[in-house]
Amino acid sequence: MSVGIEHFLTVGALLFCLGLAIALSKRNAIGVLMGVELMLNAVNLTLITFSRFAVSERPITGQAFAVFIITVAAAEAAVALALAVSVYRNRETVDVDQLNLLRS
Amino acid sequence: MDGFGVTVAFWILAAVTLVAGGGVMVSRNLLHAVLFLILSFIGVAGFFVLLSAEFIAMAQVIIYVGAITVLILFAVLLTPRASRDNSETVWALPGMLLAVCLAAIFLFVVHDTQWKTVTDAPLLTTQDLGHALLGTWVLPFEIASVLLTAALVGAIMLTRSAEEEAEDALA
Repeated sequence: MSVGIEHFLTVGALLFCLGLAIALSKRNAIGVLMGVELMLNAVNLTLITFSRFAVSERPITGQAFAVFIITVAAAEAAVALALAVSVYRNRETVDVDQLNLLRS
Repeated sequence: MDGFGVTVAFWILAAVTLVAGGGVMVSRNLLHAVLFLILSFIGVAGFFVLLSAEFIAMAQVIIYVGAITVLILFAVLLTPRASRDNSETVWALPGMLLAVCLAAIFLFVVHDTQWKTVTDAPLLTTQDLGHALLGTWVLPFEIASVLLTAALVGAIMLTRSAEEEAEDALA
């Protein structure tokens, strides 16, 4: 019994959809952010899988792209959590369904 | 990828990653969800080791497990009067339906495609990654550093309180 590209891609796809479900359904903004982080992780897993398995001239490109995704994820997490803290200071809540100030 | 060890490691890592991801979904306490998230990140780092991407695995452990989850824990601690529960909004059911449909499409595509794969793993070292980052991808690499600086300054600006800004205006 061997493990092939389909196995890794399946785990990546399932992890992405799990993250999507979390990001779409959670009430707490920090919970939504956790879903987004899971989705980014799943994308990284898929990229590294292709870098390992795919027939390519320069397979290192997948890993280089993963480094950039990790960088952008770190920046995104810092700004999003700063936004959550800032919103909490003004509204005393970080529930995304309470933040309806712009609703007419 | 043959070998008994690789197969066992794959299935254990898949179980850990997906069960921990499910734990983020179902746990009611937000802090428990963060702990499950750490476990899921460690599982993905194990996958990176299995795919012989050691540098990415190390970066995953340092940045995700070390930095981002600590940042999330700080954000939870800095919002003390906000609700700590990890409940769903009214969009939970449509969101889960969408995720299930997307998963079905992904799984169909993954298993229907005839993947052209290499038989032997390409020999990719950290040295190759360094050459790629500072050679081919040097411009995105520098832009990423500018992005990190901008995010740092932006996060500090966003979280400054009104008193701190008033003190700066006096000084």
